[in-house]
Amino acid sequence: MSRSLIDIRDLSTTEIEELIRTAEDIIADPKKYSEICHGKKLATLFFEPSTRTRLSFEAAMYELGGQVLSMSNAASSSAAKGESVADTAKTVSCYADIIAMRHPKEGAPLVAAMNASIPVINAGDGGHNHPTQTLADLCTISREKGRLDNLTVGLCGDLKFGRTVHSLIEALSRYTGIKFVLISPVELKLPSYVKKDVIQAHGLEYSQTTDLEAVMPELDILYMTRVQRERFFNEEDYLRLKDSYILTPEKLKGAKDDLCIMHPLPRVNEISVAIDDDPRACYFKQVLNGKYMRMALIMKLLEIEV
Amino acid sequence: MHVDSINNGIVIDHITAGKGLQLYNLLGLELQDCTIAIIKNVASRKMGRKDIIKIDADISVNTDILGYVDPGVTVNIIKGGEIVEKKNISLPNKLVNVIFCKNPRCITSTEQELSQIFNLTNEKNRVYRCAYCEAKFEEK
Ligand SMILES: [Zn+2]
Repeated sequence: MSRSLIDIRDLSTTEIEELIRTAEDIIADPKKYSEICHGKKLATLFFEPSTRTRLSFEAAMYELGGQVLSMSNAASSSAAKGESVADTAKTVSCYADIIAMRHPKEGAPLVAAMNASIPVINAGDGGHNHPTQTLADLCTISREKGRLDNLTVGLCGDLKFGRTVHSLIEALSRYTGIKFVLISPVELKLPSYVKKDVIQAHGLEYSQTTDLEAVMPELDILYMTRVQRERFFNEEDYLRLKDSYILTPEKLKGAKDDLCIMHPLPRVNEISVAIDDDPRACYFKQVLNGKYMRMALIMKLLEIEV
Repeated sequence: MHVDSINNGIVIDHITAGKGLQLYNLLGLELQDCTIAIIKNVASRKMGRKDIIKIDADISVNTDILGYVDPGVTVNIIKGGEIVEKKNISLPNKLVNVIFCKNPRCITSTEQELSQIFNLTNEKNRVYRCAYCEAKFEEK
């Protein structure tokens, strides 16, 4: 079984820092990397549509000089014919050198990794894991702040179902001096097992509030998330809550000058477009960092050295 | 049958009183042709009362099931009338095809030929999580 990335915890903090260093080196000297994966093929197997994640992986492979085999309609091809994830993984192992898989079922990329003879990257499995999003987040924090420790990190929006938030908490909890500020409506609070088994288990502090503006001055990072319609049973609750945590220039008044505003994108209206030109807005940098981290990850899993 | 005199077989000892029959069923022992005795409410210095299962044949039993249902049981392997091996069974770190994931979003819900794998994530609170989706296993 090749080395795969299924869960952000599969990587040690040292490995994450190495990936960030590689990403920074790619940014500094992209030419050095432009042919490094020549002759290698990435298969993108997307069993549910996620155009932006797929494009990020494909752009990453092309910028490394590699090629892409794309099965963007995986759901309508192999799975529809009743092929198992295991068989798909074994088949694609014959054609490609590395797989990026997105699947609506939780654990499907792990099944692929257990059966493929090539590395598998989890590109999102339902509401479960999405480790390359977390790599993009960590790279952004590291580049903007120069460190991954001693930060007050505000997480705002849907903290109950938001997998990006849970993985980011998992990843940041391994560093010292992190303080989490959890900002959400009562209905969408962070599940208690994340607070207990992750934050407190690492001896870290957190505070919980429904008032974004009140905690704004403390924050070094503000991570906004989308409140998804499908999380609600009735439309009324959704409409009432979705607008509760919209970031506007007014709400930013008390914020630090070097606050780093993040969002996993796509946004609906959680961040007013009026903030896009604010130098503290980092969400499009996150997209770019995501591509560089995917490049660094592909190189690592293919064991390609510069 | 003299329940005390097994020549080649297995004695599952120190079963919590009342769990003998449940283990007999879970281990699939009703499918065996050999002689098997379930002895209930045996006086025990250590436990007060205990159950014992004696199997008069050299078969293998799933120790993961034993450890999951009743950690603390002892498995004695008998050969030629002697105990040749004594195993203390504790809560297993990994369970394969013992319990089943109930999360409808889990890959095991659509691909039923996959092994059901659970990992022990918290020994004190007996928490097992699905290896695929990490859903916590709840008895009911
Ligand atoms: Zn599961």
